[in-house]
Amino acid sequence: MKQQGVRVPLAIFAVLALVPVLRAAGVPMGGFVPLLLERVMVFGLAAMSLDFILGIGGLISFGHAAPLAIGAYAVAICNEAGISEAAIVVPCAMAAAGVFAFCTGAVALRTRGVNFIMITLAFAQMVYFATASLSDYGGDDGYTLYSRTQVLGHDWLGTKSFYVAALITLFAAWLLLRVIGASRFGRALAAVRQNRVRAQALGFAAFGIELVAIVIAAMLCAVAGVLLANEAEFVSPAYASWARSGDMMVMVILGGVGSLHGAIIGAFVVVMAEEGLGRLTQHWPLIYGPALILAVLFLRHGIAGIGGRRG
Amino acid sequence: MALPGLGDGVAEALLSVRNLRKRYGALQVTDGVNLEVTAGSIHAVIGPNGAGKTTLIHQIFGSVRPDAGGILLAGHDITHLAPHRRARLGLARSFQITSVLPEFSVLENVALAVQGTQGSSFRFLRAAGREAALNGPAVVALEQVGLAARAASLAGALSHGEKRQLELAMALAAQPKLMLLDEPLAGAGPEEAARLVELLRMLRLHCAILLVEHDMDAVFRLADVISVLAQGRVIATGSPDSIRNDVAVRAAYLGEDF
Repeated sequence: MKQQGVRVPLAIFAVLALVPVLRAAGVPMGGFVPLLLERVMVFGLAAMSLDFILGIGGLISFGHAAPLAIGAYAVAICNEAGISEAAIVVPCAMAAAGVFAFCTGAVALRTRGVNFIMITLAFAQMVYFATASLSDYGGDDGYTLYSRTQVLGHDWLGTKSFYVAALITLFAAWLLLRVIGASRFGRALAAVRQNRVRAQALGFAAFGIELVAIVIAAMLCAVAGVLLANEAEFVSPAYASWARSGDMMVMVILGGVGSLHGAIIGAFVVVMAEEGLGRLTQHWPLIYGPALILAVLFLRHGIAGIGGRRG
Repeated sequence: MALPGLGDGVAEALLSVRNLRKRYGALQVTDGVNLEVTAGSIHAVIGPNGAGKTTLIHQIFGSVRPDAGGILLAGHDITHLAPHRRARLGLARSFQITSVLPEFSVLENVALAVQGTQGSSFRFLRAAGREAALNGPAVVALEQVGLAARAASLAGALSHGEKRQLELAMALAAQPKLMLLDEPLAGAGPEEAARLVELLRMLRLHCAILLVEHDMDAVFRLADVISVLAQGRVIATGSPDSIRNDVAVRAAYLGEDF
């Protein structure tokens, strides 16, 4: 896998890091700016984990909302059981999402192309209806989280420090996925995407490689789910809906497939579009939809690809 | 059969295909094929279109399952093994349509082949691009096929002939026992073909080759043993000379001009 430059991603992280500094220094900005950016970072993390399997692995999963919701529900379920320590909640979330991804992935990977898209969608819908039937956790109405998850006894996920916690998590995830992308595993995964039969002829166990990639992506996405539950202080089946999966795919494609940091840009654009266009008109999807089509037609490498490599 | 040692058990076959059968609907594509490839030899399979050559290669490689019969590679029964396991036992394959990985550089393609044989892809942290254990053998293989100067180029940007060279470098880097080549000269111009024939000659110093090829000149120049396939059966096996003079072969395939 060609390693891309680090300048643009580092610039993105620098800008994200500057916002709270500027705010503390008294630069006027609406209080909603950091809040929106928190959402951008949470969804950016989820979308980045999707980009790992979609961009590097070529696995077009239309069910990535499932691990997001599993992560969020891990917070709700632990909270109901009186556990609100991240050192327990996060491993639980990751393990649950990992097991889910392993089982569903092992089935889904027996299919290719459109069938793979449909079967991942179907599994995510199963999570959607399963969570909607969890009456102990609010069922359809969702579950309100009255206290946020503690990190080693500290209130780092509280409203004051959530921004920084999300930024650090996002940066660590980006670093991790970048390292994995450049490793033997990342290279094998990219080879399987480019030519599955050829990769097998070279001795690569395509199925196992893809399955492990799916599990890694789901576990990271579950971390985003934990963050999302805390950011919204609310958990609902809507997190697992197909529309969420679609949003994540849009973020990845809009931002630039396979670039990792493009997912953050994509998350920014989607969150801002929902917010900004939503203020203009309640029929905002009428603008959003065509804009998306134009972006796909004219930005082949997404926003992250502008001014960079040409295909 | 004029092969020395065959039959008295001295030269054990590297690849041995035994009574292989494959049927697609009413069509018996492979009809009891027996084939032995000895170590260090070039064995060509020829035959008219539809004789079942490619299906035979696919079965040996593992992408098509035979209905009956067996395949042994260096004594291992590989009849029911997955393709990537066969690859690790020393079976390499080049493709009828060149299939290098276009988004990787030339060096990365060959390093990938090295990695494939090492069976060690579940390593997540070290940068593969800087691993001497992968790049070292890759550079050696590129030098052997004369492509070292283009190591940094994207494989997708190579000319057709260069892609063929890259394929061979990838096959070499895997240090296979047996290489399956499905029409390695297809689509090559006369000059390129001559160069590729030289490369194949060089290749045989490293491993045995089982070859399907339409270019009769090349086949008769290269091969130690030729098997003629017609309607799913081997109708003759022998040295190029004996095949050239075989009456059944002439009737079935070569025509009067040979």
